[in-house]
Amino acid sequence: MSAEETVLVVCTVNGEAVRETVPARLSLVDFLREQLGLTGTHVGCEHGICGACTIVYDGRTARACLMLAAQAHGAVIETIEGAAASGRLRELQESFYAHAALQCGFCTPGMLLTAAEALTDGTCGDRQAIRDALSGNYCRCTGYHAIVDAVEDVRKARSDG
Amino acid sequence: MKCPAFAYARPESEEELLALLDRHGDDARILAGGQSLMPMLAMRLAAPAVVIDINALPGLGEIVIEGDDLKIGALVRHADLERSPLVEQYTPLLKQAVVHVAHRGIRNRGTLCGSLALADPAAEMPCPVLALGGTMVLRSSRGEREITAGDFFQGIYTTALEPDEYLAAVRVPIAHPGEHHLFHEIARRRGDYALAGVAMRAVCDGEKLTNVSAALLAVSDRPVLARKAAALVRTCDLGRLSADDLAAAFCEEVEIGSSYQASAAVRRHYLRTIAARLLQDLQASAEEVVS
Repeated sequence: MSAEETVLVVCTVNGEAVRETVPARLSLVDFLREQLGLTGTHVGCEHGICGACTIVYDGRTARACLMLAAQAHGAVIETIEGAAASGRLRELQESFYAHAALQCGFCTPGMLLTAAEALTDGTCGDRQAIRDALSGNYCRCTGYHAIVDAVEDVRKARSDG
Repeated sequence: MKCPAFAYARPESEEELLALLDRHGDDARILAGGQSLMPMLAMRLAAPAVVIDINALPGLGEIVIEGDDLKIGALVRHADLERSPLVEQYTPLLKQAVVHVAHRGIRNRGTLCGSLALADPAAEMPCPVLALGGTMVLRSSRGEREITAGDFFQGIYTTALEPDEYLAAVRVPIAHPGEHHLFHEIARRRGDYALAGVAMRAVCDGEKLTNVSAALLAVSDRPVLARKAAALVRTCDLGRLSADDLAAAFCEEVEIGSSYQASAAVRRHYLRTIAARLLQDLQASAEEVVS
């Protein structure tokens, strides 16, 4: 079997410098999970529908299954581990806990990162808007209402506070 | 669900990109947003010898006014269209359509030009670009050429792009004063591909509508200019225009196909629903002008 083409990737992940050689065809989510050991980003449908692989790439959410590891070169990437450690998700995490907005937790990293971006963007104006904002994140456990409740509470707290 | 092996290139100048296209042509696929290419690779529906990542190319991420057009570069993301004050002011139809494209994470990466170059019949963006009379800017080592949207979209995943060319930008005419833009689509869920849609622009002058252009989405193998409907709207006073007549004009434009997602009859029904919504919007716009 011939050697697989590889690419050098130099980037920042969760605030730390990363320098790795990756197969050209390796996906970003597989790189994060298997080469960097950051398993909080999940592999669901692997074709961009379910949102379980959501990360933050150069400041915006993106589906890591729809990117090549090679595209990490020069980028600033944040996974759920880094976002949680930064404290910026605390209100959402507490609200999710209070509303039982997670069961198995598989969708939760993606839900939190997507909800956090939507709240910052101001696109959570009402429950339908929250549903629309989360429409690209699938949950098989909760039936979604608790997740919408949790995000709504954070939005209300922020607009009252 | 893993990509097949390919050679990966990340050109840092247009010269490098054009040289790669010259050398590899049909065996290469361009990676811009990757939101359609990556699933194709993962599902092995595409197996290019070379993937050319254009995300490092400078100067392609701009939205600028050039003459009477808004020029939108190859690396402008769908999310950039959503956020752009220039798009909101000068080509609002693009913003109205782009919010229907997939989901936030996909819009953050996917590019307008990528969507146009792919020419998926169910994708939103080719339709408003056609309705507004957009022009594609194609570049290769042979030079630059421009082609109208009507000539560019040739069928399912088929465009006028030659193997050595890339879609460098799209020009979209700036709205005239008093021009209203309307977009409606029917989809099962937020973010789904459209089952039917219409993009329209019109200038409201009391009961009269002028400068009318409309295009149909997801009812054929490419976006379709709704010339009959546009003519009807131009010649008929707004108060006397019925949704049935407008919908009939839409349906006359093209042989509407069936798919497992929706039969032709269902799509015709959706066009009737959309026609009613368009007329409501036009009525509201006309009242705005008066008041």
